Amino acid sequence: MTRYIIRRLAFALFLVVAVSSASLLLAGAVPGDFASGTLGLEGARRDRLEQARERYGLDKPLAVQYRDWVAHAVRLDFGNSLLYDRPVGDLIPERAVNTAVLALTALTLATLVGLPLGIVVGSRHGGLMPSAIRAGSVVLLSMPPLLTSLFLVFVAARTGWLPISGMRSAVAPPGGAALDVLRHLVVPAAAIALPLAAMFERLQSQAMREVVRQPYVLAAVARGASRSRVVWRDALKAALRPIAAVYGLVVGTLLSGSFAVEVITAWPGLGRLMLEALSARDVYLVAGCAGMGSIFLAVATLFSDVALAFVDPRVTE
Amino acid sequence: MSTDTTGLKGPRHIAGLKGAGRAEQAPPLRTAGPGPIKGAGRFSSRSIGVVIVAVWALAAVAAPVVAPHAVDDRFPGLLNSPPTVPHVSFVQRPYIYRWMLVNQLEQRYEIDRGRPVPLRWFSGGTLVQSSDEARAPLLLFGTDSYGRDVFSRLLYGARMSLSLALVSAVGAMLVGMAAGGLAGYVGGALDEALMRTSDFVMVLPAMYVALALRAVLPLVLAPRVVFALLAGIFALVGAPFIARGVRAIVRSERRLDYAVAAEALGASAARVLVRHVLPAAGGFVATELAMLIPAFIVAEATLSYVGLGFPDPIASWGTMLHDASTNIRVFADFPWLLSPAAAIFLVVLGLNLAIEDAGGYERTLG
Repeated sequence: MTRYIIRRLAFALFLVVAVSSASLLLAGAVPGDFASGTLGLEGARRDRLEQARERYGLDKPLAVQYRDWVAHAVRLDFGNSLLYDRPVGDLIPERAVNTAVLALTALTLATLVGLPLGIVVGSRHGGLMPSAIRAGSVVLLSMPPLLTSLFLVFVAARTGWLPISGMRSAVAPPGGAALDVLRHLVVPAAAIALPLAAMFERLQSQAMREVVRQPYVLAAVARGASRSRVVWRDALKAALRPIAAVYGLVVGTLLSGSFAVEVITAWPGLGRLMLEALSARDVYLVAGCAGMGSIFLAVATLFSDVALAFVDPRVTE
Repeated sequence: MSTDTTGLKGPRHIAGLKGAGRAEQAPPLRTAGPGPIKGAGRFSSRSIGVVIVAVWALAAVAAPVVAPHAVDDRFPGLLNSPPTVPHVSFVQRPYIYRWMLVNQLEQRYEIDRGRPVPLRWFSGGTLVQSSDEARAPLLLFGTDSYGRDVFSRLLYGARMSLSLALVSAVGAMLVGMAAGGLAGYVGGALDEALMRTSDFVMVLPAMYVALALRAVLPLVLAPRVVFALLAGIFALVGAPFIARGVRAIVRSERRLDYAVAAEALGASAARVLVRHVLPAAGGFVATELAMLIPAFIVAEATLSYVGLGFPDPIASWGTMLHDASTNIRVFADFPWLLSPAAAIFLVVLGLNLAIEDAGGYERTLG
């Protein structure tokens, strides 16, 4: 078990280093840089361009730039964002928190809705309610966050019930700032949570369906255990395994989904920052965003790997 | 539906099946039964899916004939105008009413009920047009903020979005089958290297990989280049999903008698792999592609939405959503601009229904 965890930890570390390095090199290697991108539009003179490059260290060869960046990064100095003129190390955490709030809210919502529905559908044998839930899931599965967010923004704009963009109102409304953020959170979080809940429902009902066929479930029924006890205690334990396995993978989906949602609902998260950084060729910010995203990813896969190892010790072999 | 071997299902079980509404009070014994919803319903939902996909494919192919207008035809007096609903009657040809601008600032229109404009079949080289195109064009889904016909653009957009997804899927299939076949057949260090690489790519959020690869390339490119570029990126991101499964199938298949026999008959390794072993992965690859295509459609839409897709006059579902997003107000006031989103939903739903029982719902989220 310890060896397994160490191995997964090494992979997590590798993931973070590889992703941030690759994105820095990728963003640095392409034609055009921050200086030509931003100053070029203003028709800056050649010497001003050179000056700017020198200031940002963009005049050096890519290998040297990378070496300097690594040398600083190990001391937790991730360079300055050229776009915002602020240290990347300051800029990233606040945006990362916003993305984390959005993603975790969505994940919690999806789990709270999707799992129980999946258990209900999987343990029943036809009937109106399971069919309706199932149909709803199939519809929602065909609506990735890009579409759900467009749809929810449309509904919210049409009815005026909820704010449709940003994270805070310009003027704090009555009820305090926390309530304001919460109101802004509804549309983006629901946009990510709806398809995810549908996926959880499908997976859980499939797993449940297989488990309730097992002889030990039948044995429990035969001993006179009540239906709810059999479903929610005996069968559920075994049926949670597939969900535990996808939980780590879901984080990739969450991040991908939150990108579209952040752009559409103007939620100030990591995805939008990454888009800005990429468009402006802000190499250090790109590397910072990618690094932060991969930390999310690494932590989540690590967490789900370990959780899975506890549920199903066979995976450590 | 597998049969109940336990024989424990009594009459109550049958009673429960008859009255769908009574499922709530179902006895615990019913938990022992296999659960899929009845076969008949499944079959029909599957054919509905196939029909939806076929209709869209047909619309994409026939766009130049069916679309009343060209992609970049503009009606300057009809910016953001609502759809013209065709009225059908038995005594005369189908007709529409003209939209009249009543408020320039709010772009509010009113119907001109005084004079119906009949539709004309097979005119102007298309299936149907209005008989007075200059003053009252046929706008089935209204116009966008440039005064372009949304319905026509939706059809041309289907052409672009669906063909890109299809080409990307074929690319992913070729790359994935090559990598997976090689890894599974050759084994050893190559297998290790290829599989580690695909594991790594699969862990990354696909949308960000595509975004990063697209964003680092020059932003302004010819449409043809953009198409090739996006197809290449999508193929690379999608290939690992195919490669992994193909590898597993090849590894087990090549030990079977037929593969060993082909080898013993003197067939070259390449021939055994391509002609004998790889076809065994066909079913898996087909299912996998049906799941990748929706992801590619959504990826194109997302990239175009953020301005990294096709350049302006080109219509794809993503660029149409991009145009619609310039002002958040349009979502509320001009809902027909969201029709590309509905189109994406329908195609993805159709594909999902078509492969429903093939399993695997994990990656429709793009």
